[in-house]
Amino acid sequence: MTQTTITPDGRQIGDVLMDLRNITLRFGGVTAIKDISFDIREGEIRAIIGPNGAGKSSMLNVISGFYVPQEGEIWFKGYRRGPMKPYEVARLGIARTFQNIALFDGMSVLDNIMTGRLNMMKAPIWSQALWWGRAEREEVENREQVEKIIDFLEIQNIRKTPVGRLPYGLKKRVELARALAAEPKILLLDEPMAGMNVEEKEDMCRFILDVNDEFGTTIALIEHDMGVVMDLSDRVVVMDYGRKIGDGTPDEVRNNPEVISAYLGVAHE
Amino acid sequence: MEFLYASEVLLNGLMAGVMYSLVALGFVLIYKASGIFNYAQGVMALFAAMTLVGIMEGRVPFAHLINAAFGVHLSSFGWTVPGLLAILLTALIMVGLAIAIEKLVLKHLVGQEPIILFMATIGLAWFLEGLGDVMWGADVKVLDVGLPQGISETVETMTDGLFGYGFFIDRLDIWATVIAAVLVAALVGFSQYTKQGRAMRAVADDHQAALSVGISLQFIWIMVWSIAGFVALVAGIMWGTKSGVQFSLSLIALKALPVLMLGGFTSIPGAIVGGLIIGMGEKLFEYFVGPAVGGATENWFAYVLALLFLVFRPQGLFGERIIERV
Repeated sequence: MTQTTITPDGRQIGDVLMDLRNITLRFGGVTAIKDISFDIREGEIRAIIGPNGAGKSSMLNVISGFYVPQEGEIWFKGYRRGPMKPYEVARLGIARTFQNIALFDGMSVLDNIMTGRLNMMKAPIWSQALWWGRAEREEVENREQVEKIIDFLEIQNIRKTPVGRLPYGLKKRVELARALAAEPKILLLDEPMAGMNVEEKEDMCRFILDVNDEFGTTIALIEHDMGVVMDLSDRVVVMDYGRKIGDGTPDEVRNNPEVISAYLGVAHE
Repeated sequence: MEFLYASEVLLNGLMAGVMYSLVALGFVLIYKASGIFNYAQGVMALFAAMTLVGIMEGRVPFAHLINAAFGVHLSSFGWTVPGLLAILLTALIMVGLAIAIEKLVLKHLVGQEPIILFMATIGLAWFLEGLGDVMWGADVKVLDVGLPQGISETVETMTDGLFGYGFFIDRLDIWATVIAAVLVAALVGFSQYTKQGRAMRAVADDHQAALSVGISLQFIWIMVWSIAGFVALVAGIMWGTKSGVQFSLSLIALKALPVLMLGGFTSIPGAIVGGLIIGMGEKLFEYFVGPAVGGATENWFAYVLALLFLVFRPQGLFGERIIERV
C-alpha cells in the first residue's frame, strides 16, 4: 500500500522509510530518551527540535548507530535493524554530519568528499595499486559524482585546500558534501546551522532544500533555530526531557499547547 | 683524498641510516593510524626474524615445551624451507599476530588514555619476547635468506677507476637501501592511491568521521598492525642478517627513538629523512670529532641530537605543528 503525498511545492513524499518504535536510551541512571516513536517518510525533511538537553542529539546517534538503545525497535526499509556498529549503519545508506564538525583535517576538500564514496569502490587492491582496469574506471566515475556535488554546493574554488584551513561555515558545507557523496537514503544533519551567521545560515538553508529537491534525499535534521525549522521541514518531532511532546506539520506543532508551554512559549516571549 | 674518505664515511652513514629508518617506519605507521606508541615494534622485528629462521631451518615450534611435557626429543622436522617461501609464511604469521593483538588487546582498550595503550604495548613486548624464546629457543641464530654480504667489488673498482680511491661499501647495505626505497614507495602509493590507504588516513585523522563514512576501525587497525608487522619483518631480516638473530635485535627500537624525535612521530618521509640524518651525522661526527674526544661517539650522538630537537623543535622536522589554544 503505497502512500504518496504531494507537498504544496510539488515534491513527492512516499512510504515510511525509517520507523522508530518505543526507543529508550539510558546512560547509567540517566534516561536520555524515554519511549519515543516516530517515523521518517521517503523524500521528506523531518526535523527534531527541543530545548537544550532534550535528547535530540542522542536520538540522532541512535539512528546512526553511535548509541545502541536499551529498548525499542528500529525499522529501515521494512526490515528490523539489529544492533549495528556505526560503520555498518553508514554502509546501509545512512550518512550524517556532526554538531562539532568531524572532518579529516589533514586531507584536501576533494579527498574528504571522496571518502564518502569509499564503500562504492570495489576494485581489488592490486588493480587500485596499478591504477588499471576496474580501479581506474571506478575512480573516474566516483570523481565525476564528487565533482557534481562540489559544483552543487559551490565549493569549486577550495577543492584542493586542506580542510583544516577553512573557516567554520565552509567546513560545515564540506561535511555536508561528504555525506552527500555517499548518495544516502537518509541524510542526518546534527545542527547544520549551529554557530553560523545569518548569511551562512541562509546559504545552508538553501542547500538543504536544494538537496532534497534535486536528489530527492530524505533528510532528518536537528536544529535549535525555530524559525529555520518551521520554514524548512515537512514534519517536526518535538522533544523535551527525553520525551516526545509533539509530532506533526510545522503548523500543527506550533499550535500544540504542550509544545507552546514547554518550548515555544519560552522562545517566543 | 681526505674529501673522498669523508664521502665514503658519509655514504656508509646514509646506508646505516636506512636501517634506522626501517625500524622507525613501523612506529610511525601505528602511531599515525591509532595514536599508539608501539613499544613492541623492536620485539616484533626480533620475533619476525626468529620465526623466519625457525621456518627456514624447519625447527619444531615449542620444541622444549613438547619435549618436557611428553618426554620426547623433537628439535627439527628435518626439512628446510627456501628463503622466499619462508618470508611469505612469516608475513602470514605477522598478519595472524596483528589479528590476535586487535582481538585480545586493542579491542578491549578502545577509548582509553594513550598512556594505557602504551602500557599495553610494553606488556605486549615482554610477552612476544617470551613467546619467541619458547617457540624457537633462545640461542643466537644465523639468518641467511640469500642476501649478498661483504664488500661490493663493483663499487670498489668503479670508484677506484673514477677517483683513484676504492670505496668500501657493504653489499648488504646496498640491498637494504634498495629494499627500503621499494618499501617506502609501495607504502606511499598504498596510502595515497588505494581505497584502503584512504581509509587508513581517514582513521588517522578522525575516528568518528571515519565511522560515519562506513569505515570499520577494527579492520583498519588489523591492517595497520599487519603492515607494521611486515615492516618489522623486513627490518628483522636486514638487522638479523647483519648481526645475527638474538635478543639485542629488539634493542634496535632504541635507535629508532631519536629518529622519530628528529622526523616527527606522524610523518613517513620524516622517518626516512630522520634515519638518514642520524646515520650520516653519527658517522661524520665520529670521523671528524671522534678522535678528539676519544671515540665511541656513535653510542650517544643520536640521543644528544634528539635532545636538542626536543628543546628547540619538539614536533620534529616533519611533525604536525603543535598549536596551543587558550
